[in-house]
Amino acid sequence: MTGTIDVTLAQVAATLALVAIAIGVSFWQRAGLENEIAVAVVRSFVQLTAIGFVIQVIFDEDTVALVVVLIAVMVLFGAFTARHRARRVPHAFWPLLVALSVSAIATLGLVVALGVFEPEPRFLVPVGGMVVGNSMTASAVALNRLGDEMHDSAHRIEATLALGASATEAAAPFVRRSLRTGMITLVDSTKTTGLIFFPGTMVGMLLAGAEPVDAVRLQLILLYALLGSVAIAGLISVSLAYRSFFTPAQQLREQPEP
Amino acid sequence: MCNQPVLFELQDVALSRGGREVLRDLTASLPEGASCVAGPSGCGKSSLLRLLNRLADPDRGSVVYRGRDVREADVLELRREVCLVPQLPSLLDGTVADNVRYAARLADREANVERLLDLAGLDASYADRDGSKLSVGEQQRAMLARALALEPDVLLLDEPTSALDESARDAVEATLVHLRERVSVSTVLVTHDLDQARRLSDWVVRLDVGRAVEQGHVHDLLPA
Repeated sequence: MTGTIDVTLAQVAATLALVAIAIGVSFWQRAGLENEIAVAVVRSFVQLTAIGFVIQVIFDEDTVALVVVLIAVMVLFGAFTARHRARRVPHAFWPLLVALSVSAIATLGLVVALGVFEPEPRFLVPVGGMVVGNSMTASAVALNRLGDEMHDSAHRIEATLALGASATEAAAPFVRRSLRTGMITLVDSTKTTGLIFFPGTMVGMLLAGAEPVDAVRLQLILLYALLGSVAIAGLISVSLAYRSFFTPAQQLREQPEP
Repeated sequence: MCNQPVLFELQDVALSRGGREVLRDLTASLPEGASCVAGPSGCGKSSLLRLLNRLADPDRGSVVYRGRDVREADVLELRREVCLVPQLPSLLDGTVADNVRYAARLADREANVERLLDLAGLDASYADRDGSKLSVGEQQRAMLARALALEPDVLLLDEPTSALDESARDAVEATLVHLRERVSVSTVLVTHDLDQARRLSDWVVRLDVGRAVEQGHVHDLLPA
């Protein structure tokens, strides 16, 4: 189905010409992103090289236990990272940790149980990485929106509480909107995939010499799995996080300015 | 002392918000009927109102409703019985009728939307109008209709006319007077306008910098 492709460091280095264009545009337009771009390039090189070695070790050992450790670490860092995007949500780390964990376990469990992939590191590592990454982004966006909604609509929420609605009932419209915001990017990109852009997995497989039909099928599997994982992560993160805005007596907590 | 039964009794109440003490050593009684909490802006009137149906709890002291500490009641049932109409327009997305029916559902009641709108001074044509497209005065009335859908025993009215011009204010005041003639409901009005307090209430508690400085019959405290 797939061939292999050898990529030299010289080829990687050659693409720095395009990074130079990005820095040049930023400098020319005074966007102030030159340092950010440089940091991004260095970090991506170091991080991807490091994870490449880690994945190589896991593939060589060929044990699922190491996959679990790797994904647990990714979930932990994902929750830390997403927490910074959700500054207006009190104690956002725990909902994010639960959301990313359940999303990873449920998605990987399902694709293995349905026979889509074998329970082997070669499949579980890349799919797990995509699931955690996409779930993190969706949860962060959803909680960021939730924080804004709960602050900006505090008087409407309290007016609904004042009618004898529970915290769950009063927060429901804002929880719904936040979940939708978290999921909509992936839904939209799934709708336009193949028309406006080629997704990464498909591109990678084509570059590696795979048959287009195989590349497309694998890409579809991943897109559908990601839709499920993003829905799980978004739902769990907002469903847990909104509670931190209320007291046990169904009162809206006083919210400090960020 | 008022000869009406006591509705709310606040004893040595203190409350802080945003690190600032907004109510301190506040002791006051509010009887059944039409009462009012009056005072200048920022004196803690709205904060006091929020204590009466447990949208907030005091840091110290007690709030007693009809002889029972509010913390002993089921909080959701308390809020359906003692319903607060907020100062800012706070309708949910949807039509006026959607909002009214939403409140009725919370109390497991059927809403007679037309009658409730009529009580709040709106004609039936408002039922299908988008709540967000109404004027502030119309939204205030829609919120009143929504609160009445709960068939509450007590209405807490937080500065219901503060954002209205004089004629709209007079119309809302007339609605409130008319309402009390048609529905058996006690009202606690918060206002900075002493003339309004005189027009709409029988009993007044005057607040200043978080303390109740005097309370009594409106005719005694605020003679015309």
